[in-house]
Amino acid sequence: MDQTAQQVEASSAAIEVDGLEVVRGGKTVLPGISLRIGAGRVTGLLGPSGSGKTTLIRAIAGVQIVEAGRVAVLGAPAGTPALRSRVGYVTQAPSIYGDLTVGENLGYFGRIVGVETERIAEVIEMVGLGAEEHQVVGTLSGGQRSRASLATALLNRPELLLLDEPTVGLDPVLRAALWGTFAELAAAGTTLLVSSHVMDEASHCDSLLLLREGRIAFDGSPQLLRERTGSEDLEAAFLRLIERAEAGG
Amino acid sequence: MSARATGATAARVIRQLRRDPRTIALVIVVPLMLIALFKWVFDGQPQTFDRIGGPLVGIFPLITMFLVTSITMLRERVTGTLERLMTMPLSKLDLLAGYGIAFAAVAAVQGAIVAGVSFLLLGLDVAGSELAVVALAVLNAVLGMALGLLASAFARTEFQAVQFMPAFIFPQLLLCGLFVPRAQMAPALEALSWALPMTYAYDALERVTVNGELGSRGIVDVIVVIAAALLSLTLAALTLRRRTP
Repeated sequence: MDQTAQQVEASSAAIEVDGLEVVRGGKTVLPGISLRIGAGRVTGLLGPSGSGKTTLIRAIAGVQIVEAGRVAVLGAPAGTPALRSRVGYVTQAPSIYGDLTVGENLGYFGRIVGVETERIAEVIEMVGLGAEEHQVVGTLSGGQRSRASLATALLNRPELLLLDEPTVGLDPVLRAALWGTFAELAAAGTTLLVSSHVMDEASHCDSLLLLREGRIAFDGSPQLLRERTGSEDLEAAFLRLIERAEAGG
Repeated sequence: MSARATGATAARVIRQLRRDPRTIALVIVVPLMLIALFKWVFDGQPQTFDRIGGPLVGIFPLITMFLVTSITMLRERVTGTLERLMTMPLSKLDLLAGYGIAFAAVAAVQGAIVAGVSFLLLGLDVAGSELAVVALAVLNAVLGMALGLLASAFARTEFQAVQFMPAFIFPQLLLCGLFVPRAQMAPALEALSWALPMTYAYDALERVTVNGELGSRGIVDVIVVIAAALLSLTLAALTLRRRTP
């Protein structure tokens, strides 16, 4: 990449991570990684479970204590108060109140972020929970619960959405619908970082970040991954990439 | 700090409690049952019932709110809703004040019902104003809530949180002077009792129920209780971390 291309890339990056090092429970999860995530697109953060995806997302969300390194989000250090209304973060486990209804949960979080009441009905429709609005969250299925949790993050139309495994436990129809929603959000200018351990979801992403044991195994478009590995199937491509890395030492 | 976020949090906490009618029933019925027990256990000595029963009406909300708050806050920590709130434009004070308002409202209802039944049906007799007893009950509930919020930071599971009740509350109940005058305790325990907030909560109640009025010492008691609640809330705010390991 020449100098100008690098500068263009840097200026359009929503997230810039430099030398990020994170230790959790005495174990080095991220040994010092650097990456850029482009604005206004869907970036897939893929990798086997335990590869450090959640830790990286937590660091970008500003909730992770880090050992070293710099994480800049939308031009500000991760976790700065000004970012709290610009970044939406959805944890892997649904973090909403199980004893309230879907509508009550969104009503509460909506008042915290300060959105108009009409927006609540809008996000409920976006995640396809229109029929469950008055149902207590504790009685919903796992997939419905995680969609309710996702709806909360959509409330204030954040510029950056960090989604940790949002499609786990969803049936193929819903999964496709959610990826459609993500694409629409990106088209409207939102930056999305979506983690998944299911490789076939990589095809929905504009760009991919493959994490393995806390290091970046691949950073580029799905097309580039196919070309580089000579494999049409993204799961096979990822496996080939790892084999090569291991063979190369 | 924002009135909107504080109000929303208070309304949300009350709504959650309302979803759990059994807990509400327990919050009201258990103190009534214990006070009725006291009445008939001391059937032969009604003056003992009056001496213990009056302050007890004002101390119960402290105990209940300690327990209810520490469990509710622990749930926020365990289910990830606290972490979500910490990533949102919500100040820690909004969250704690929201809790404070919600549980003070619950305590006011609890105090009014328990006091009403005790004074009107069980024939409990106090020297001072019954309203002052209810007002002190609400103040003590806020103290109990503040202590509960702080305690929840040190519990990882609900089992642990429940054990904090005998660990934090029972010694204070024994040392506050309710059962035995503090002057009759071992000197070391009497000295220790000066450091415990419930001692002041009880002292104020005793002044109202026995002497008939708070007096200047009673006002000092009230100030100490308010200060203890504020200190506890401040320490609780420090345990709410936006970043975790």
